[in-house]
Amino acid sequence: MFLKLEFKENQATSGELSTTTRVLLAIAIVALGTSLIYAILSAGKAPPDLAAQVAEKLDLSGVGNPVTAVLLNFRSYDTLLEVAVLLVVAVAIMPPRLSSSAGKRFLFVNDTHNPHVPDPILLNLLKWLVPLAILLGGYLLWTGAYSPGGAFQAAAVIAGAGVALSLGGRHKFAWEISGVRLASSLGLLVFVTVAATNAFITGTTLQYPIDHASTLILLVETFTTVSIATILLLLFAQLKSLADPPGEMHQ
Amino acid sequence: MIIESMMDTLLAGGVILLACLSLSARQVFTSIVLYVCLGLLATLIWVRLNAWDVAIAEAAIGAGLTGALLLAAWRQLCFEPSDQTRESNGVS
Repeated sequence: MFLKLEFKENQATSGELSTTTRVLLAIAIVALGTSLIYAILSAGKAPPDLAAQVAEKLDLSGVGNPVTAVLLNFRSYDTLLEVAVLLVVAVAIMPPRLSSSAGKRFLFVNDTHNPHVPDPILLNLLKWLVPLAILLGGYLLWTGAYSPGGAFQAAAVIAGAGVALSLGGRHKFAWEISGVRLASSLGLLVFVTVAATNAFITGTTLQYPIDHASTLILLVETFTTVSIATILLLLFAQLKSLADPPGEMHQ
Repeated sequence: MIIESMMDTLLAGGVILLACLSLSARQVFTSIVLYVCLGLLATLIWVRLNAWDVAIAEAAIGAGLTGALLLAAWRQLCFEPSDQTRESNGVS
């Protein structure tokens, strides 16, 4: 999509804005800052009973962690839209699907055209670090129902494992396979399916039946984690591949 | 009590100081490193505010992944491949 994506630091003019621009920028920043401070001051205090309201209804949410209860049950519409926004990001940066990529594995060892020998110490560290990070991600996902944690945190940790793996230099990800598209959209698909099924059964979108609330939340969170982790890692990989020498990509 | 308020003051001052340093750094790389440090300090502040969920998210996304993304973008700034190589990359 962004065929002409370019990052350039203009050496000649960096730090040499004209005086008019500087004054205009200063005025704009001061005005924005003042209006923000005024907005905060004039908004008054937040209603103090919100936390109490959540605590009161926590039993109905199916989870024990008030943050997860708000994010995935009471205000899950917001979370649904967040997942949708992330999918839009994925669509914008998704590499074209190559016909030669059929049957290719997502993660493969990069043994051709490797310009630098991978660091053996780093590779051995990664052997421990990557499974540990994935395990930690799973733990964060599971524990999100009762204590701090949740889908976004778990996905970030898992994506971090992928970032470390791709920085190790030995492994590469095949982003052009169709599984990537499925994984990125799975979270939103499951979320919308759950919402639609709810709408049919209980009559209200996204108001889970109390008996199945915790199962449904875990289901949604699991697939959301997969999607967010894929999209975050895709974002990093695409940005990184822009800087790679031409021989390293799409083999 | 005094130690706690001292810690809070240090954290708050440190965040503002790091923000100023990160914005005023001459090199992009220095800016990025300072920004990641800022994210880690912000994580500690969220912990002090007892918001553990936000703290975990800030550490993982704010400091970790954003830092990685910024560094990848910085690397792109350094190399500046010519238009021809970029097209042969098939980058989209």
